[in-house]
Amino acid sequence: MHPTSARLLNILVPIKRTIDYAVKIRVNPQNTGVDTNVKHSMNPFDEIAVEEAIRQRERNKDAIKSIKVVSIGPPKASEVIRSALAMGADSGIHVEYPDSAPSPEPLAIAKTLKAIIEREAKEKNAPIDLVILGKQAIDDDAGQTGQMLAGLLGWGQATYASKVELDASGKSANVTTEIDGGSQQLKGQLPMVITTDLRLNEPRYASLPNIMKAKKKPVEKLSPSDLGIDLTPLLETIRISEPAKRQAGAKVETVEELVAKLKEAGFKAA
Amino acid sequence: MLRTPTTALRTSHRALFRAYATASQPHALVLLEHRGGALESGSLSALTAAGQLGGKVTGLIIGDKDQVTPLVEQAKKLQGITSVIQSSSPHYATPVTEKLSPLLLSLLKDSPPFTHVVSAHTSSARSLLPRVAALLDVPAVSDITSLEHDASGSTTFTRPIYAGNAIATVKAPASIALKFFTVRPTAFPAAASTNSGDVEVKEVAAVEEAEAATEHISTNLTKSDRPELGTASRVVSGGRALKDAATFEKTLYPLADLLGAAVGASRAAVDAGYADNSLQVGQTGKVVAPELYIALGISGAIQHLAGMKDSKLIVAVNKDADAPIFQVADVGLVGDLFEVVPQLVEKLK
Repeated sequence: MHPTSARLLNILVPIKRTIDYAVKIRVNPQNTGVDTNVKHSMNPFDEIAVEEAIRQRERNKDAIKSIKVVSIGPPKASEVIRSALAMGADSGIHVEYPDSAPSPEPLAIAKTLKAIIEREAKEKNAPIDLVILGKQAIDDDAGQTGQMLAGLLGWGQATYASKVELDASGKSANVTTEIDGGSQQLKGQLPMVITTDLRLNEPRYASLPNIMKAKKKPVEKLSPSDLGIDLTPLLETIRISEPAKRQAGAKVETVEELVAKLKEAGFKAA
Repeated sequence: MLRTPTTALRTSHRALFRAYATASQPHALVLLEHRGGALESGSLSALTAAGQLGGKVTGLIIGDKDQVTPLVEQAKKLQGITSVIQSSSPHYATPVTEKLSPLLLSLLKDSPPFTHVVSAHTSSARSLLPRVAALLDVPAVSDITSLEHDASGSTTFTRPIYAGNAIATVKAPASIALKFFTVRPTAFPAAASTNSGDVEVKEVAAVEEAEAATEHISTNLTKSDRPELGTASRVVSGGRALKDAATFEKTLYPLADLLGAAVGASRAAVDAGYADNSLQVGQTGKVVAPELYIALGISGAIQHLAGMKDSKLIVAVNKDADAPIFQVADVGLVGDLFEVVPQLVEKLK
């Protein structure tokens, strides 16, 4: 027998479509960005966030009512929404902006998510209790959105989570988070925002039947203006450039040569 | 109905712009983090970065009373610091973000003297600064590697994106009255302790929340006598080829100890349980830039290179002659690390 929860929880998982992590990116000749005509997929940390939401439902069947994913992105962001639905999320929201628009900054994304959360509570009567996001997107490497969202909502936050335990009443969560030099344990009151570390879980692959089923799950399409949001960046990107190239090194044949190179560079036993 | 708040926000942006349009002297507030009675070296690098703005630099020290008092004395002597603000409370002994953000907010709201809010790109500051920035409705710039402030009041930063495979140059215009940024410690030298210590110290009262949404339960730090990975001048790192935790230790530690080096690991080694999470070098772990980086049994995936390719001298030992690590290594040896490393230890002695 599972204990009856005080109220069924609604989880929101924001996800981003990024260049696939394995792609070696190339800066464009105009130095305005990178070549995006390459394989894209769901940001790896967001896959972990989706997986965690699903595992929480598997673990606390009675406590979780819905898992909704949201992506704010150009038309093709709908692909990652379908991937998340195929993994096991129930429904999606796509806040779509044109391909030609610049990438929004974390602050604008956090404001958009806040507007969605307020809308879920007011218009859908499905207040969000837990937001699980990736700790960073592997394209801009900013690592800010979750914290900004928590701040704007006035909710508690647990960043870089490696373990999440919801309590039976669905009122709080114990979260182990990765910190410099080790880890710490936090106890947060719901509603709260959690950002995922790589170590939280191993995301599942969607099976073919689930991919088919995902096609029938509802995805709501919104525009930023529907939510009263302006996604225009506040920071100006001046240029995107290639990092300095390292000079090609030399291979040595023997340990003796390696030691000689080290000593030549001034490295010896401390 | 939802449009109203946005309009209000825009208006307040414009109001800020007017108030700050005349470029004032920059004044940075630098979060000085500490552990075990010493200021974090990353914070000392953040101080150097803040000094490059060309204006005043105020250090902020938050903690328990016993922690703060001796740290203030250390901070006063730091090169480039022009004043120190301290705030102490038992609540700040093992603080969570929700307990620190009200204090930071109180220092920054209502026309503060500060133009920039700065910290090292540490796990705690990464949690805190974006939260506070959002509450002040300003963006934040993460993990910067260089900066330039101009007379018009705008600041231009460079920062790595795509795991360090591209460098973005971004400008925070003068209209952003408070510019938040975190600093990649390896990109700036640590501020030295050279001042006479004759700087103004101000104490501000703790801002205590009746009940923070999150409370701290416990902290587990990995104990080590070795140099701290993020700041060590030499790093010996191991990958998947190390087989298991015992082999990892047995193989790497003698070499690391001999060189006085910190130990690092690839994600593969960490995931397989050979080494602790806190030793991971890469996009999602620590970014290091030591004088010497020795990569043992590490293939050199993009995500690992992101964390170490700014090292001065990179040495790689790998069985696979085609491993990508050899494309960035200054000195490479194709061979079995289980044969090479013991010989290396023997010959370096």
